[in-house]
Amino acid sequence: MQRYIIRRAAEAVLALLALSIIIFMMVRLTGDPALLMLPPDAGLEALEDLRHSMGVDKPLMVQYGLFMGDFVRGSFGDSIRSKTPVSDLLKDRLPNSIKLVGAAFAIVLLISIPLGVMSAVYKGTWIDTLCTGIAVLGQAIPVFWLGMILIQVFTVQLGWLPSSGMGGFTHYIMPAFSLGFFTVAAITRLLRSSLLEALDSEYIKLARIKGLSEFKVVWKHALRNSLISVVTLGGIYIAILVTLGILVEVVFAWPGMGRLLYQGIVFRDFPVVQAVVMISAAIVISTSLLVDIAYAYLDPRIRLQ
Amino acid sequence: MAEIAREQEILTVKNRTLTKVTTALQGAPLIPLFIIVVFAFAALFADVITFHDSTLVILPDRLIPPVGFDGGSWSHPLGTDPLGRDILTRITYGARVSIIISATALGVGGGFGTMIGLLSGFYRGKIDTLLMRLADITLAFPLILFAILLVMVLGPSMLNVIIAISLVLWARYARVIRGEVLGLMERDFIARARVSGASDFRIMTRHLLPNVMPTLIVLLTLQVGWVIIVEASLSFLGAGIPPPTPAWGSMLADGREYVSSAWWVTTVPGIAIMLVVLAFNLCGDWLREKLDPKQRSV
Repeated sequence: MQRYIIRRAAEAVLALLALSIIIFMMVRLTGDPALLMLPPDAGLEALEDLRHSMGVDKPLMVQYGLFMGDFVRGSFGDSIRSKTPVSDLLKDRLPNSIKLVGAAFAIVLLISIPLGVMSAVYKGTWIDTLCTGIAVLGQAIPVFWLGMILIQVFTVQLGWLPSSGMGGFTHYIMPAFSLGFFTVAAITRLLRSSLLEALDSEYIKLARIKGLSEFKVVWKHALRNSLISVVTLGGIYIAILVTLGILVEVVFAWPGMGRLLYQGIVFRDFPVVQAVVMISAAIVISTSLLVDIAYAYLDPRIRLQ
Repeated sequence: MAEIAREQEILTVKNRTLTKVTTALQGAPLIPLFIIVVFAFAALFADVITFHDSTLVILPDRLIPPVGFDGGSWSHPLGTDPLGRDILTRITYGARVSIIISATALGVGGGFGTMIGLLSGFYRGKIDTLLMRLADITLAFPLILFAILLVMVLGPSMLNVIIAISLVLWARYARVIRGEVLGLMERDFIARARVSGASDFRIMTRHLLPNVMPTLIVLLTLQVGWVIIVEASLSFLGAGIPPPTPAWGSMLADGREYVSSAWWVTTVPGIAIMLVVLAFNLCGDWLREKLDPKQRSV
């Protein structure tokens, strides 16, 4: 168990280090890093200053040390566009993104578990076809297009829901749904197949022979074991939600990190892009580490490996 | 006599190949296959089958609705975009962009990953541990974020999008193929090949590779749709194919401001992405059932 946790933690740290080295090297191999960090109209003096503070004239190892030191202290430089420190911009945006991902995750659980259970229980009937159909469709529709369709229907045609920004409960419905739909599809399919397998097993037969109600057999005994396969991939789902969140935030003008990243791309604001990518990657990698560790506690088979 | 016999032989061979093809296609999802054929055809012959320039801006023609809607005409069957470009033409050229990117990224990433998987599973030991750790680290990267970063530094271009996707893609292939190879290495035919003096290279290319082919084909098919969505997402964010080249993702981005006034600008590329991704996913599912009984879903 300990060995497993140490291995996974080392992997996570290495992944983050590798990402930082890639950013660091890419920026330096492709030209003057100071130029990337400054607005195009900056004077020579500003360039010299920045070169000096970034230590571009020093050996690569020292430069990397400076670069990492800045990152760890949370100093990402100034945004080229708004001239304010990137860390200030992030402070306001990060909680909003987390709220959106959280809302999407709630919707995912609320929809995919009933869908997965129903399509397994009613295997081969029209209910199964419908649920699997929704699941297959969900994996083929790009989230940002789904967001636009929802806006088209519920804002433009019906006028029921607000299409942009943050506010009350109604502001969450469309962004969270479009963000979650892809994951709903993935979990529904996974849950269906693992539940079918579980329903076919010996312990379920025993539970039925014992005379338990079908409801209890499915929702308590079979589902609990099938959910393991879902939890196994929990880290992947979080990664998907965080990255797809960027696209959804752009469609719904959600004041989160994704929108910040998008503006960073559009205005070639490299300090912003670098910071958002690094932080999102850190969130993805560390949450998937936590999920894996929690999972190892829950499932003795992993623990003993 | 001999000639007739030979002719008959040729005929039976022909028949056999015909039956082979028909049995191979048994139970195949025909509509998805048809969509893929149309998609490939559009990509190949984009310059022959379209009548408009895919990038030329004609502002007086902007935002013409599709045929059948008020103001629509057959000269622009699917309407025009905010810059007056024919959407059908751009969709057709966009298919070419999608196919080039997914084919190259899957070819490079999948090919490299398969090679790593073969080496790793065959030699085991330290190389294996090192390569697999590297694969796990790569799998931990969120692909879209990584690609955005790379494209920001190197500049947006088709080549850089392909590089970014391939750099992440190889890891899954390496993992899956290695797993298969580990299983195969226990089998008798590998031991026999060894005894008969086959070189490492020969065992890997002639004995292992053909046996991992079904898994590889299934994985490749299932990932075409995924690569298309990743590319569309990157182009949508402005970190993919630079304008004015028509890519489905950037077409969606062009229409974002016009969702309320000109729905067709986003609807048409959206449907195109959905149909093609759906087609590849359904074909992948079918191939998996057919080629890979182990992974057969219940």
